[in-house]
Amino acid sequence: MTATDRAAAAPPVRDHSAKRRWVGQSIRRVEDPKFLLGQGGYIADRITPGCLHAAVLRSPHPHARILRIETTEAQAAPGVHAVITGQEAAELCDPMPDFGPDPARHTWRCLAADKVRYVGEGVAVVVADSRYLAEDALELIEVEYEPLPAVVDPERALAEGAPLVHEALESNCAYERTFDFGEVERDFAEADVIVRDRLRWHRSGGQPLETVGAIAEYDRGTGSFTIDTNTLSFTSYLFMAANTLKVPANKLDIRPVPAGGSFGSKLFANKPGVIAAMCARKTGRRVAYLEDRVDNISNCDHHGSDRVYDVELAMMRDGTMRGIKIDVIDDYGAYIQFGVGHHGNALAQVVGPYTIPSVRYRVRAALTNKNQQGAYRGFGSEVNNWMLEQMVDKAARELGIDPVAVRRKNFIREFPHFIPTGNVYDSGDYDRVLDKALELADYAHWRDEQQRLREEGRYIGIGVISAQERSVFSATEFWFWFDEPGAPVTSTPESVTLKVDATGGITAILYSCAFWGNSPETMVSQFVAEEFDCSPYDVSVVYHGSRDGLPATGPGGSRTTVMLAGAVEGAAAKIKEKARRAAAHLLEIAPDDMEWADGGFRVRGDPERKKSLAEIAVMLHLFKHSFPEDMESGLDGSKVFDHPYTTMPSADRKDLGVFYPFMGHACHIPVVEVDIETGAVTFLHYAAVHDCGTLVNPRSLAGHIVGGTAQGIGTALYEEYVYDEDGQLLSSSYLDYLIPSAMEVPELTIGHVETPSPYTPHGVKGGGEGGRMMAPAAINAAVNDALAPLGIRLTELPMTPERILAALRAAGQAG
Amino acid sequence: MALDTCTISLTVNGQPHVAEVEPRRLLVDFLREDLGLPGTHIGCEHGVCGTCTVLLNGASIRSCITFAVQADGAEISTVEGLASDGGWHPLQDEFSAKQGLQCGYCTPGMLMRACEILADNPDPTPEQVRSAIASNLCRCTGYQFITEAVVAAAARMRATAAAKEAAS
Repeated sequence: MTATDRAAAAPPVRDHSAKRRWVGQSIRRVEDPKFLLGQGGYIADRITPGCLHAAVLRSPHPHARILRIETTEAQAAPGVHAVITGQEAAELCDPMPDFGPDPARHTWRCLAADKVRYVGEGVAVVVADSRYLAEDALELIEVEYEPLPAVVDPERALAEGAPLVHEALESNCAYERTFDFGEVERDFAEADVIVRDRLRWHRSGGQPLETVGAIAEYDRGTGSFTIDTNTLSFTSYLFMAANTLKVPANKLDIRPVPAGGSFGSKLFANKPGVIAAMCARKTGRRVAYLEDRVDNISNCDHHGSDRVYDVELAMMRDGTMRGIKIDVIDDYGAYIQFGVGHHGNALAQVVGPYTIPSVRYRVRAALTNKNQQGAYRGFGSEVNNWMLEQMVDKAARELGIDPVAVRRKNFIREFPHFIPTGNVYDSGDYDRVLDKALELADYAHWRDEQQRLREEGRYIGIGVISAQERSVFSATEFWFWFDEPGAPVTSTPESVTLKVDATGGITAILYSCAFWGNSPETMVSQFVAEEFDCSPYDVSVVYHGSRDGLPATGPGGSRTTVMLAGAVEGAAAKIKEKARRAAAHLLEIAPDDMEWADGGFRVRGDPERKKSLAEIAVMLHLFKHSFPEDMESGLDGSKVFDHPYTTMPSADRKDLGVFYPFMGHACHIPVVEVDIETGAVTFLHYAAVHDCGTLVNPRSLAGHIVGGTAQGIGTALYEEYVYDEDGQLLSSSYLDYLIPSAMEVPELTIGHVETPSPYTPHGVKGGGEGGRMMAPAAINAAVNDALAPLGIRLTELPMTPERILAALRAAGQAG
Repeated sequence: MALDTCTISLTVNGQPHVAEVEPRRLLVDFLREDLGLPGTHIGCEHGVCGTCTVLLNGASIRSCITFAVQADGAEISTVEGLASDGGWHPLQDEFSAKQGLQCGYCTPGMLMRACEILADNPDPTPEQVRSAIASNLCRCTGYQFITEAVVAAAARMRATAAAKEAAS
């Protein structure tokens, strides 16, 4: 695509000059009262008397054939209503919804049928009167396994002769391809220096404090399922879950309930719902299946990225970046439900905020005997940020250039900017973000302190990273990997219905949009208040179920706020158009002579002649005969808001099109101290500046920045799902999987820069994932800066005390 | 078939209860399912995360690793007892004002722990609050706004106490 073609495909530039009353205000969240009163209505709060409970028997083996399952004793145990083995489940249910490369060759089911492929995979489920009795009966099930050799390391998994996770695939490589964007070989040939490194990012995960759960009912009379669950996304794809349950999509209603956190890990997490529904049909009763913590750690299908990188960065001596070659192996675990979409996230912002003209990206998806990857805040883009910033720091060190200067030298400064992969950065001001961050970090002071404390034998490090925060994914990133994709889907819409009742009260109906700890109700209420000049606290918000819902994709890829803004804007426009005609009729004036002002329509030039929304609404609801024939009773509007900016990839895949256009940006500057005796890392200061376009609720965004950073601290220093070389999961409790407490998370100094997106309502960009997309890179940079006098760089996350001490020992610096 | 049960009597948020429970019944299940108080949540189920925190005779405990029978004769306080007819407890109000919650799941445990912290020390520094709430994990907020909320609530509670003292 030429530059002109690319520019021509952009949507119209919006005017953001209108004054905003509610958007931009740190109002209290409308969601909060119920949670503060202990009346959140989470999935576990919805268990009613008579509801049965399911518990899953998990595999203790990383890889084994299931030879026999004996359930007679369990079936006869007190309070037990059913025991379903994997074999029976395979008859009751089809395979799980799967967006992977070739699902028939790496088939995933709700329970393992023939062999288990990781520790924790379910092999049977017991349904009983209580969870206690269900767990009692699990103890009575006997499973005879034939253990098979496990493959745990992703590089070994790809080597000749490795044990096969899926025999039908005939290898453990689920996907491999190399993409070239721009003139890679030319740029490398012309470079002065090639900086090389090998980097290792181990797996962590969202670990919300509430696990995934579902309560299902089956109505034999209508042949339909109702599933209440704390996961819901992709209304448009729920036919896939219906297929799994072998019912038509209009006989399945998946209803969202508030989730006690997700961080991506409840994205399309259908397995608990499928298990509960299968058990409900089998028993004819309402059945709850709530994961326990071990289920959620070992069997959640939502472990995060697990990557090995070999990277080359081509540099000029003056610090100009010329090109980058990235070779990445990603350990997906035993299944690959979302394909390599995580690398689409990486390719959306693969060159970071820099004018790198060419990119080679080779990706190999390895299957191993671990729980599979899903989603975790960043969806793989946070790993790319970390990799790139590591390389930039290494280049700065090798070239003897200041790390701040090398970044500034390569910043993109003209927008919209198309990166080599074809994605666009819609807007930004990276210098302003960096300047503000340096100021908030008191950078010069800490450089002096670093020097001073070094003389006292202390190792202080300052990390400076500037990185991207893509928002609002489009569906193309899930299929542009293939020359002949199975489903080249072109939009990922979000819908809202607004209904104005006879008193003028407004209800907003959300589709496929769950409460995940983000603030969809507050966001929608602020947008509605902005449109109708009402109080956001007077807006009522309803979460609609999947059946008879409008097309919607739900939270994910930092899309909720932007997409809801567009849907509310569109629905409000329809209501206002009808209200304008109604008011004009009542005032006997031409509709074009009416204008919206202060909560109603008034006559242009005669502001005393007006009708409030409530006055219009009551007439439209109750007094049909006051209006012309063609005006129906009622006042409501729905908007299916399609992705505002997607373009198609080129046939040769040298240009992937626009697929993640609203580009946030951030600079994080942590100051750390590394104790070289213990390997412990502590924070002395932490500044973070984000640009997510126009702020909707600055306090909420700040909360996401701090919370995301806390998770990034976990990723950088503590959290890891550790599998030993035999495939045993060593971190199956919070005693081993270490989540940062208030003592590990420093107080952040936060700044905001606002470069409004030219293409979204109000200029909003997504921002919910930013903290975690920045912090691992920034903390690694700080630790490496601290240890630079010892000639040490850490290239593996998390940087546990053990890994830091090992690096010190390897450099001869620790006893 | 039920297991043998024990009779327990206890007070929950000021209300006396007498109940028959299995010895193995966890206090959190007793509160949530038997007494219909779902505000106390289950997080890790092994006593680490603090989500299930309630006060037993004024001291915080993990109700997910406490048996109901261990609460026999005790006074239990849960989040449902915080708000009064006069409105929200200052901690609830400040959690809302400072956005000290996102998903709300750790919030009841965090509020009960904060009650205990402020009973022990009505005037804590932010550092003391951080150290004290390190008993409870929050996966959403990064603790910053929780800390601010507890400090702000402490100031209001001190002012209320001082006003009461002045009036008496």
